[in-house]
Amino acid sequence: MPSIRDIVGYVETNDWAFTQGHRLCPGCNAPMVANWATLAAKSLGYEPVVGAATGCLEVSSTIYPFTSWNVPYIHNAFENVAATISGAESAYRSLLNRGKIKNDKIKFIAFAGDGGTYDIGLQSLSGAIERGHDFVYILYDNEGYMNTGNQRSGSTPIGADSTTEPVGKAISGKLQLKKSIVDIIAGHEGVYAATAVTSEPWDFIRKMQSALEFKGPAFISILAPCVRFWRIPDDSGPEVTKLAVETKYWPLWEYNMGVYKVTKKPKIFKPVKDYVTKLGRYNKLMKRPDANEILEELQNYVDAKWDRLLALEEITKDKPIRTKI
Amino acid sequence: MPVKLTVTGAAAVAHAMRQINPDVVAAYPITPQTPIVEYYAGFVSDGIVDTVMVPVESEHSAMSAVVGSAASGARTMTATAANGLALMSEIVYIAASYRLPIVMPIVNRALSGPINIHCDHSDAMMVRDSGWIQFFTENHQEAYDFTIMATKLAEKENVLLPVMVNLDGFITSHGVESFEMLDDEVVREFVGSWNPKYSLLNTKNPVTFGPLDLFDYYFEHHRQQEEAMKNAYKELPGVFEEFEKISGRRYDFLDLYKVDDADYIMIVMNSTASTAKYVVDQLREEGHKVGLVKPQVFTPFPKKQFQQVLNGRKGVVVLDRAMSFGKEAPLYSLVKSSLYEVASRPSLGSYIYGLGGRDTTPEMIREAFEDALQGNLSTDEQRYLGLRE
Ligand SMILES: Cc1ncc(C[n+]2csc(CCOP(=O)(O)OP(=O)(O)O)c2C)c(N)n1
Ligand code: SF4
Repeated sequence: MPSIRDIVGYVETNDWAFTQGHRLCPGCNAPMVANWATLAAKSLGYEPVVGAATGCLEVSSTIYPFTSWNVPYIHNAFENVAATISGAESAYRSLLNRGKIKNDKIKFIAFAGDGGTYDIGLQSLSGAIERGHDFVYILYDNEGYMNTGNQRSGSTPIGADSTTEPVGKAISGKLQLKKSIVDIIAGHEGVYAATAVTSEPWDFIRKMQSALEFKGPAFISILAPCVRFWRIPDDSGPEVTKLAVETKYWPLWEYNMGVYKVTKKPKIFKPVKDYVTKLGRYNKLMKRPDANEILEELQNYVDAKWDRLLALEEITKDKPIRTKI
Repeated sequence: MPVKLTVTGAAAVAHAMRQINPDVVAAYPITPQTPIVEYYAGFVSDGIVDTVMVPVESEHSAMSAVVGSAASGARTMTATAANGLALMSEIVYIAASYRLPIVMPIVNRALSGPINIHCDHSDAMMVRDSGWIQFFTENHQEAYDFTIMATKLAEKENVLLPVMVNLDGFITSHGVESFEMLDDEVVREFVGSWNPKYSLLNTKNPVTFGPLDLFDYYFEHHRQQEEAMKNAYKELPGVFEEFEKISGRRYDFLDLYKVDDADYIMIVMNSTASTAKYVVDQLREEGHKVGLVKPQVFTPFPKKQFQQVLNGRKGVVVLDRAMSFGKEAPLYSLVKSSLYEVASRPSLGSYIYGLGGRDTTPEMIREAFEDALQGNLSTDEQRYLGLRE
């Protein structure tokens, strides 16, 4: 694992993959994700080639004739970053085989929001993982379609207010729980998959290293608040995600070829209400008579998920279902 | 030495691909394109080519992967038909705007719905404004030859546009016929190696592909695509000439059949031209001055060539294998607008034929010619061949 020294050393070289000049909102957690992921790769000696799905990170970092990317970068469309990278990675293998290029340090990193991953992009991601392409897919999960203005996504949590499922007089916003995307990815089996959070950079960087060193598809979902639409103060992203971990809302775990591992086990948990009520996007729900009912449903869900994770960790210990891809 | 092979059109195209031996082929099967992918997968799995094959989960991903691969500087191909092309279409436009020299055989098939697996040109017409060069081919020989020429043209530095090579579903793709296959080395030398100026894999000189292109530049970029298309038009005669040197076969924008002294001309694309040539021969024997024009290059549209050939003729009938609902048929409307500037405009007739694989017989072709011969053409009327009214 790169030490703090390595990372700091790298920061000082100014050879950043994701540089200044982007136009993401002040306080947005997405640029941290892009920075940490690429810093981790570069400090380990890899040369990142980046793909991005349409979304906030992409539209804010590549406004022609400017670009914030100091490494090769490709954006194709909203739903196809995984397919695009599978083409690039195939080209890389082909050109290496044929001796047309010599550089064996390239690592492909795809960035996408939750919309481009949970929903419209799921097919292309699933296909790319099943085919076993060697790439790292980073989902910066801000729980909604932010680029288009706070619409619900498959990741939007129950009871949250969004423009396509607003909390209204008759309906309490999003009625469904969010999809468990990492479980879906883990279901591909020949994969490394993990959750991460912006309040735990070292956990993320360690997982990033595992993902980079994994010979095959790797996936990390990092909870990355959108300060605008979560309606939280600009400087509170990491603080809020810390609470997400402490309330079991966002457990930190990883999956490697069938083996589950919980990477952070808080001694005491706070009620999920502490997390939810920090977010302005729940203000409207809290005024509704069914607020407690929904909170209870969420509490039961996160408790059950946590127990399930611990059980999975226990029964899969040292029992990978596959050893190679 | 060139050899004669008697195979399906799909096999002929697959052989062209084998000889080109692209770095990457990403594809998803759809009738009637499937045998091309299957033949190619066979070549890969037998080690006859060392292409990296990406058996994607959909055509949308096929075109997406092809964009990623071509942007990485790899010579890249795919193939599809109908609904596959429709599913790709979002990325088809992106491929052209990123100026990626991808080659894609299209085995023309009716675009649903209702679902139909047989030949017409509605798929190709759906993407006619996407910025791809479009060739249309009559038979196995042409499908093979144009696939090779497509690679050469696409990669010209002043062109850098993707190319579709259209061949008729089942009629060409599954029909067995002889064609002449060039030597592997001859083809390899003709297409040469591909060394793009920009590549996603060049970490020393990083490039951003596909940025957000707003009102301040988007327009100019599209203007550049138009310029590239103009360059393709200028480069084509050279490609035809070079290809003639290795094959002895001379191609042009338009294939002209017995047009020199013809008063009446039919225009039709792809395999139906063979039937039409047969009818032209019959009518010639009966003393009628008729001829046939078969466009081989549809985009960039060879307007000047059409003007030269059609100016001063008595009658011209245009056969379209696709409809453009509520508007004039696609080929017809382009031919008609080309004639606006000529000194002596012929009378014109528009005929729709063969939708969804409807058989097109010599009698039907003759019917259209007879309308012309009898002076019974109406510029404004869309007629149908072989349709039960
Ligand atoms: C095919 C298609 N449908 C819809 C859109 C519009 N669109 C662009 S980005 C976006 C939402 C992006 O949300 P997400 O992936 O969560 O990323 P974020 O903006 O939140 O970072 C949508 C709906 C599109 N570009 N393409
Ligand atoms: S809208 Fe949200 S996700 Fe998008 S840039 Fe602003 S803070 Fe970041």
